[in-house]
Formats: sequence, C-alpha cells, structure tokens
Amino acid sequence: MDLLEKVVERLQREFGEGVQPLEEFRGEIKASVDPSLIVPVCKFLHDEDDFSFNFLIALTCVDFWPQEPRFMVVYQLYSQKNKIILGLRAYLPGSDPRIATVESVYPNANWHEREVYDMFGVTFDGHSDLRRILMPQDWEGHPQRKDYPLGYEEVQFSFNFDEIDKRKKYARE
Amino acid sequence: MQQPEMELTLEELKHLITNRAIEGETMVLNMGPQHPSTHGVLRLLLELDGERIVSCVPDIGFLHTGIEKNMEAKSYEKALVMTDRMDYLNNLGNNLAYCLAVEKLVDLDVPPRAQVIRVIMTELQRYASHLVYLGTHLLDLGAITVFFFTFRERETILDILEMCSGQRMMTSYFRPGGLWRDIPDGFVAAVREVLKTFPERIEQYENLINENPLYLDRTKGIGVIPADKALGWGVTGPPLRAAGVNLDIRKEQPYSGYEQFDFDVPLGTNGDTFDRYIVRIEEMRQSLRIIEQGINNIPSGSFRSDNRKFVPPPRSELGHSMEAVIHHFKLWTEGFPAPKGSVYVPVESPRGILGCFLVGDGGPKPYRVHFRTPSFGNLQALSKIAVGHLVADLVAIISSLDTVLGDIDR
Amino acid sequence: MGIEQKLGNLGFVTTTLENAVNWSRTRAMWPLLSGLACCAIEMMVAQSADYDLSRFGMELMRASPRQSDLFIIAGRVTRKMAPVIRRLYDQMPDPKWVLAMGDCCSCGGIFNNYAIVPGVDEIIPVDVYVAGCPPRPEGLIHGIVTLHEKVKKEGIRYWYEKS
Repeated sequence: MDLLEKVVERLQREFGEGVQPLEEFRGEIKASVDPSLIVPVCKFLHDEDDFSFNFLIALTCVDFWPQEPRFMVVYQLYSQKNKIILGLRAYLPGSDPRIATVESVYPNANWHEREVYDMFGVTFDGHSDLRRILMPQDWEGHPQRKDYPLGYEEVQFSFNFDEIDKRKKYARE
Repeated sequence: MQQPEMELTLEELKHLITNRAIEGETMVLNMGPQHPSTHGVLRLLLELDGERIVSCVPDIGFLHTGIEKNMEAKSYEKALVMTDRMDYLNNLGNNLAYCLAVEKLVDLDVPPRAQVIRVIMTELQRYASHLVYLGTHLLDLGAITVFFFTFRERETILDILEMCSGQRMMTSYFRPGGLWRDIPDGFVAAVREVLKTFPERIEQYENLINENPLYLDRTKGIGVIPADKALGWGVTGPPLRAAGVNLDIRKEQPYSGYEQFDFDVPLGTNGDTFDRYIVRIEEMRQSLRIIEQGINNIPSGSFRSDNRKFVPPPRSELGHSMEAVIHHFKLWTEGFPAPKGSVYVPVESPRGILGCFLVGDGGPKPYRVHFRTPSFGNLQALSKIAVGHLVADLVAIISSLDTVLGDIDR
Repeated sequence: MGIEQKLGNLGFVTTTLENAVNWSRTRAMWPLLSGLACCAIEMMVAQSADYDLSRFGMELMRASPRQSDLFIIAGRVTRKMAPVIRRLYDQMPDPKWVLAMGDCCSCGGIFNNYAIVPGVDEIIPVDVYVAGCPPRPEGLIHGIVTLHEKVKKEGIRYWYEKS
C-alpha cells in the first residue's frame, strides 16, 4: 500500500499536472493520467527498476454516457517484483476519442486495444492493426456503448405466441 | 442460394502477411471455424511455404455472446448465471472471480466454511479442466486411449458437482456471500474416494505418455515461449510457468484463504509443449494436495454471509419474520445496491490469470463488467510462437496452449 | 414377414423398400464434427466412455461436411458464425438431418442480445430439438433416438418431396 502511494507521488513529481491521484476505494490505488501522457507514464513505470511494472494485466474502457468526459480507458499494471497492482485511468471526450497506443511498451496491448476499438469506438493512434476483432468486419456501430441498444427479441409467451410466430423467420429448406 | 462473403480478403491483410504471399510464392490457407483441431470456433489464416508456416493470423469473434453487455441489464445475483458460460470448462472459477469482485465492491464478509469449500471446489474444477486438456491434447496428436481415460475420471468429479448443486457443468454454486447451499452428507466421503483413487491414475497417464518416443518427438522443442518475452506477449498460467517464470496469483495475491494452504507451484525450463504438459500434470498433483488439506479441516459454521441487506434469507425464515419477507422481496425483485466505485480482482484459472473488473454506480445492476480472460492473452502470442513450424506442429501448439473459445470471445 | 414363412428357408427376406432404406440410414448416421461452445463438451462426453455413442453407429464424427449425415449444432450461434453454419449445411449432401442441441441454438437460451441468433432454425431447418443447458449426455442420446424414430417413419413420398 505504501509502495503504491510512493509510486503515485513519484509520478506526480515526474509528470506534474498530468497525473492526479484518485480516491482510494477498497484498498485499490488509482491515478488519473492525461491522455497525451499515457505512453511516457507507462514507459516510466515499465523501465524504472524500483517499480518495474512489467505486465499489463487489463486494458478496458467504461462508457459514462451522457456525462462528459464520456470514456474512461482503464489500464491495470502489475509489478511482479513488488506484487502490486496499479490502476491508471485516462478520460476521453465523447466526440472522436483518440489516445496513443501503449503497444510499444506492452506488446500484449494489441488485442486489448482492438477490442476497445471494436466495442467502444476509441481510436488508438499508432496501432499496428486496428480492425474489428470480435464483431464481423462490416458491422456498424460499437456495441458496448451505452446508447447502443441491447438488441433483444420479444419473449414468446402463450398469450402472444401466435402473433410473434407469424413474424418470426424460419428456414424451410 | 446466394453464398455468404467470407471476410478478410488478401488486400485487407497486406500488413500482416509477408510479400511472398501477394506475389504468389507462398499459399494462404484458411484453417476455418469448423475444424477438428482448433478446439472451438477459431479461424486461422496460415501463410504456408510448403508445410512450413511463415505467418499465422488468428481471427476470433465467432462465439462472441455479448455477455458483458448482457450482464449490465441484470441485477448482481442474476448476472452470476452468465459467468458460468464464459470459460465453460472452468465454471466455478468464473463464478469465483465474479463473486470475489462483488464481495469486494459491497464489502461483504464470507464465512470461513464457505471459503474452504470454495477452495476445494475450485481445485476439483482445476483438476477436471486439466483432464480435458490432457484428453483433447492427446486426441489431436492421435493417442485416443487417454481421451477415454480422462473423460471417465471427469465423470467422477462431475458427479460430485452434481451432488452439491444439481448441475454437472453450469453450476452457479458460488454466490455473493458464500455458497448457494450447504454441502450434502455424501460430499466428504466422495471427495475422500477421489483422493484415494486419483493419484495412481495420474501415474498411469505418466507411464503411458512420458517416455513415449512418438510423443516426445512431437512435443520437445515445439512451440517454445522464451521466458523474457512471455509476459510481454501476455502469456499467463501454465504456458508462462513452463517457460520458467514463477507467477501464480494464488501465491502472489492470495484470495479466499489460499494463504493457509501449503502447495508448490511447478515450473518448467524450456517453455516448449512438453514442459507445458509436465507443468499441468504436476498442477493436478498439487490440486489433490490442496483438496486433502481442505477436506481434513472444514470449519463448521454458516455457509453464506448473514448480512440480509445482500443475501436473501432462507425460506424457513419467511414464515415467522416480517423483516425476512421484506428482505426477500427487495432482493429478488430489485437486487442490492452497490456503491459507486470500481474494483479489480485477479484469480488463477486453469488457463491463466482471470480478472474481473467491476464498476458500480449506486444502483442494483452492474454498470460495467469486464473479464480479463487468460485465453485472450495466450492466443495473442500464437502468431509469434507458430512461425517456422510445420502445420502438424501447429495442432500440438494450439492444444497445448489450452485455449477455450468461450473465454476469448465472451 | 409373410412370404418366407410359406416358402420355407429359401435364403431371402422380404420387406418394404422404406423399411430397408430407413433401417440402413439410422444404423450408421455419421455426425459432423463441429461443436461450438459448452454443449460441445457434453457432446464429447457422450462420445466417450460412460455414455457411448458408437453403439448407435456414430463412432466416427467426420470432419468434412461432404461425408456426414447429421449436423449436431452444439452451442450458441452468433451472427458472425451464422453464414458459416449455413455454408456447412449447404455442403452436406442429401439425406441430411439437423439436431439442435441445447437451449442456445433452439431458442437463444439465456442470451437475448445483439450478438446471438435466437434459434438456429432461422438459418437451417431443424429436425429435433434437445433442451438443456447443457443437456446431459443421456439427453443427447434421447434426442438421437427420437431422430431415429422420425427417420424410420419417413416414406417414399417424403424423399421425393425433399429432393
């Protein structure tokens, strides 16, 4: 715990205003990082010998529609040497969200960033292969955004069985 | 009948395959979604020079179920049911990751009896998952006998799971706060029977496989993951430990009482397919060790937390307590509210590090759930591991990485 | 059958053409080796030791659709996988049957969202539905036996109309 707080203090000294500590919740230390500084911060945390955060354990995104800033990209870094997990958060606006890719520091961010692009529409500048990964290539829309509908179909109970049956498509051959 | 278009033409792939494919010197082969050796619906685009692989591009998403978005529409307890279906060989492990995240978010206590039983069931599930790995890995290489042996043993473990929860696979036995219901009377006897008979079965497998020259030829030196690059590529779990890196979340960030159990973490040396096999066999032995320690001292007490704000009361209380009726009504219609905040809990699944990232917003439904699944990271490294091998070796590599497509696509 | 009893042991058996053809179709129906998700694991279990599918003639699952008769759809069908399933079905030669194993391919199962096709019968015609999540191996065997009964009842007119 103290080590994590030391990490955040050191980050604040190195990067100044760009790194702000967030409130501690259930024992987890997080810091918010300015989106333009994410690659230097990750590189610093990766290369520094005392901390050596050598593993990107999770990269995901949360959509806060309709609040602004809309997207919060979450990076969870793990240090095998010190056995601590640090969370970094980068807040992005709703229109044209872009952030630099951390693929140069952590190669396994490749697929995680493709998934965030596919599900949320966040563009990662400098990514080697930014295509859709989970949805078909010609799919429109970004499914896990909050304004994308869940897309459910109406449940057939006995009272509306026949009328839904007429509309539902069945393959006959 | 109009034929559907298959995506990813050669033009779109130019940046991933070498120039020789475009000139026509090498062949681009589609190892399609329906294939006996890809262990699920995985599509691989292989660029082949004769039989040697020059580059390999995985195409996933054929099993993407939208579980994460669907869980946002259900309350916390009801969303637990969907976590079973993600990594369908490690159902209890997925439940455990989600339950630990929910308990951390709402700060709910878990009684010690439930913690020990959770450890026992998780280790049984780990054993069953490694049995499936063993059976299907050797089935792909052509040794069908082991497939029948391992699935016969898996039936014993599934009988135990069915005894506790009623279901063989999608048990949903772990709930936020503890377990769904207490273990039945025959549980301890059945587990002791398992502990008596299974160690010699592991020896039977080792006798069949370890010195078999065909197996050694097909797996030694194949699919090497170098230790210094493995974490960078995102590989976790047995493939990482086979490369020699000691990273096991059960030891590093212990959860659910694992710090009280005494077990070793097997490590390999080379990081090839044979070492991954050795690591998993050893892990099966260590699982039996943990189960033995657990079954010898299960603490008495309640099996689920008593905090009625989050845990529904048993039906016997509903007859004579008004508060129980009110809690029951509120919890089953609306669900319990969670505070605003986010938690991240990593757990060790048989495939690697399974992490659950949960964001609450004050309401009864999870605002955002994300699972960092181990097979997603392991498969990403395939395009780097498979280069230079033969197509037959690729089959051995994929089955030794032990990827489950439900885990990758969620 | 009637005539042999009167003529004695002349070395032949008489039966109807439908009985003979349907008997041979049910006794060696080869499934396509394609499992999608969790139900595929129960299909593999049904194939192996305790619940043996080889006693129904389904010992080998052919990997190629051109050589198989029965398409057991085991698991959830997503929108990305739907054209592939249709293509596999089209590649299978007649006579072919489809068994929808599990809840997700019968009706969408517990998932009701943008990514899952609610019921594989929107894409291909299904003969037998087996319920369960996942169905027990005995459930799958019951489904297969039901399919055999259905095939035994098929008549010449049905083959004519189907082709």
